[in-house]
Amino acid sequence: MAYSDKVIDHYSNPRNVGTLDKSKTNVGTGLVGAPECGDVMRLQIEVDENQVITDAKFKTFGCGSAIASSSLATEWLKGKTVDEALAIDNMEIVEELALPPVKIHCSVLAEDAIKSAINDYRVKNGLEPLVEAKSHH
Amino acid sequence: MLKFPIYLDNNATTPMDPRVLEAMLPYFTNQFGNAASRNHAFGWAAEEAVDYAREQIAALINCNPKELIFTSGATESDNLAIKGVFEMYASKGNHIITATTEHKAVLDTCKHIEKLGGQVTYLQVNSEGLINLEELEAAITDKTILIAIMYGNNEVGVVQPIREIGRIAKKHGVLFFSDATQAVGKIPVDVEADGIDLMAFSGHKMYGPKGVGALYVRRKNPRVKVTAQMDGGGHERGMRSGTLNVPGIVGLGKAAEICRTDMASDTARIIAMRDRLETELLQMEESYLNGNKESRLPHVSNISFKYVEGEGLMMGVKDIAVSSGSACTSASLEPSYVLKAMGMSDDLAHSSLRFGLSRFTTDEEVDYAISHVKEAVTKLRELSPLWEMFKEGIDLDSVEWAEH
Repeated sequence: MAYSDKVIDHYSNPRNVGTLDKSKTNVGTGLVGAPECGDVMRLQIEVDENQVITDAKFKTFGCGSAIASSSLATEWLKGKTVDEALAIDNMEIVEELALPPVKIHCSVLAEDAIKSAINDYRVKNGLEPLVEAKSHH
Repeated sequence: MLKFPIYLDNNATTPMDPRVLEAMLPYFTNQFGNAASRNHAFGWAAEEAVDYAREQIAALINCNPKELIFTSGATESDNLAIKGVFEMYASKGNHIITATTEHKAVLDTCKHIEKLGGQVTYLQVNSEGLINLEELEAAITDKTILIAIMYGNNEVGVVQPIREIGRIAKKHGVLFFSDATQAVGKIPVDVEADGIDLMAFSGHKMYGPKGVGALYVRRKNPRVKVTAQMDGGGHERGMRSGTLNVPGIVGLGKAAEICRTDMASDTARIIAMRDRLETELLQMEESYLNGNKESRLPHVSNISFKYVEGEGLMMGVKDIAVSSGSACTSASLEPSYVLKAMGMSDDLAHSSLRFGLSRFTTDEEVDYAISHVKEAVTKLRELSPLWEMFKEGIDLDSVEWAEH
């Protein structure tokens, strides 16, 4: 199976790799997946007083498509409001990266990571947690 | 000069030796006869070529040329051995003993046998991939007709204690079948000394052509018979009908001859390269050799690079063809059943790469693989949240993972 040019690009030059200070109240961290499943994503957002995501960072253990999905997610998150970020759907990632059916779970994981990071941010700031994001158990 | 991509997946298949191709060519065109045509020169020439190939192969594994049944490959040989013995010896018993790390061609055939009412015992292996001989002996009952244990494992290269298994089988009057696809042509295999009664192998794993293999079936002490699984003209002593694949058989014969004459020099060179590759890669922090280090094939090395996922790693070394125990592409997302059977955790199994060298592998290729694999592992660890957590001293087993 050949990877799309966009997956190769994100894999070779991943955007926004790194770590934000998770102790800060305006930083939300999402850690999803499991080592035994072969992919773990950690996605972090930094949110300003206007609910705009000013920074996003990721680190991913996984295949090329998982790395590309999370790299793309951080690119999309920057500059969006938290509400706009919540609207990101995994199928948009699938389309953008031209992921084949066997790699759709990578995009689902990226969407989970976004929702999980937002949830963490909300809870830290005294807001109600979101209703359970898409469940993939 | 390096040529890309570099092929280090020789357990999947080997390139064909040009000397093999040369031997085969006339049998596609001028010498096209059917080896079963007994009454003209075309048939005689084909039969003579097949008989010569039998001798070349017999010399490699120390059997009688008449004890070889030609097939389409090791999968067919595995099927013929197991199903053929199950049918032929039905009056004696219905119990087969095998191991959890066998090739799917053996395991799935055993599953089929179970559906037909047979009993199968699947022996566990230890963390190094070896079966326990006491467990094997204890599993034998008065209904046991066959022990099916592979010679060398395709994923980790572990070589089972074949002679001891042969002795145990003999002692209990049970037939011993070995899938020796990865071993024949690579290490000395001797069906007499090893006490093997049936043995499967294939052309394309020993620098021969694809689509041809053989099943060794012992003719005396004891005389073994298998029920044909392919009915027809009664070729191959009635055990495998079908017009013989003469060019393929000629190729298998030539490949066997070269393996026999060149084995010592090839192996010395391959082991030196394999050991260098392995030593260099194992110098990396948190990298582990999979499988027993002593009892194994000379050309294989299976290494886990912890905190890096195998498929992602293969993408990072895309000009090197290797394979991984990770199966991120399969619908099940299950990593290698062989590594899991060895008791390896899923995350380490996902992090494994298998390197398979051949007689055509060069020192330069190995150098390139060493530097690029190291580079890719380092880069991916910088990207890995697990590596970061490990470096921070977090016990990953204590983390509650949101499994999906």
